[in-house]
Amino acid sequence: MSDKLIVAGKEFTSRLWVGTGKYSTFQVMKAAHEASGTEMITVAVRRVNLNPKKGEESLFDFIDQKKCFLLPNTAACFNVEDAVRTAHLGAEAGLSKWVKLEVIGDEKTLFPDVIGLLEATRILVKDGFTVLPYTNDDVVIAKKLEDAGAAAVMPLAAPIGSGQGVTNPLNIRLIKEAVKVPVIVDAGVGTASDAAVAMELGADGVLMNTAIALAKDPVKMALAMKLGVEAGRLAFLAGRMQAKRYASASSPLDGISK
Amino acid sequence: MKLMINGEEKSYSAPLTVMGLVGKHGLKKEGVAVELNKKIVKKVDYENTLLKDGDKVELVHFVGGG
Repeated sequence: MSDKLIVAGKEFTSRLWVGTGKYSTFQVMKAAHEASGTEMITVAVRRVNLNPKKGEESLFDFIDQKKCFLLPNTAACFNVEDAVRTAHLGAEAGLSKWVKLEVIGDEKTLFPDVIGLLEATRILVKDGFTVLPYTNDDVVIAKKLEDAGAAAVMPLAAPIGSGQGVTNPLNIRLIKEAVKVPVIVDAGVGTASDAAVAMELGADGVLMNTAIALAKDPVKMALAMKLGVEAGRLAFLAGRMQAKRYASASSPLDGISK
Repeated sequence: MKLMINGEEKSYSAPLTVMGLVGKHGLKKEGVAVELNKKIVKKVDYENTLLKDGDKVELVHFVGGG
């Protein structure tokens, strides 16, 4: 079955994108990534620790770059200037000009500053970046981001790291109907059924970090997420039946032996 | 010479290139980015960019994130 996710001309077999934060060890992270079947891995860009502890390992050595595409983010950037600068640093550190663009507007909710996000998207598109903006679940902003040249839009399911699942299913569906670029639900899922719900709503993919990293068994949860995303995608493609108020018998009502 | 690196003042012996600095901190050039006085240094220029006293350097790499 060929059902590839295509973003900016790049094909992905897996529709599950995963992060690299909050894992207990890099070894657990690597095993979880393998179990998830992911081909897209997000990373953050930070200052090198100049006084490392002995034997401190490098994240870079635990990512299979033959199989997985590396997507630097601009997490913790609270203004356009920082986000644009971090995107350029990430591009220089990595091997591509793809960026998961975050311009955060509020520390408590980590909700995006969509005005800054739109501005940063315009700048980075002009600079030749493939921009994947993490955005609010707002259909108007999603359309504006697409118009600004975003290669996908990535609305949140719920606040980052909150594990609440898709809090506003209608908005995800409306965004999917309103834009032509892929819609990746990014942040807020907690468990496999949340990922399935996002996909059933028509999302083209799901990006998550905490739900896998902070599960009691991250490797098992990574596999559950893979299956959840696949199940949701298949259900979406299959087209669900109409929900009804009353029962409709599955077995014939007549012909009962008396 | 003294460099302001990642907000910390540190002493290094000259001459030192950007590549030399990256190596001194046990890093390979893959996976890092260097900003010298607020301008990104391209990887092809690491070998031939000499650092001088008072330079402000940002040395970044990838860490875990979502």
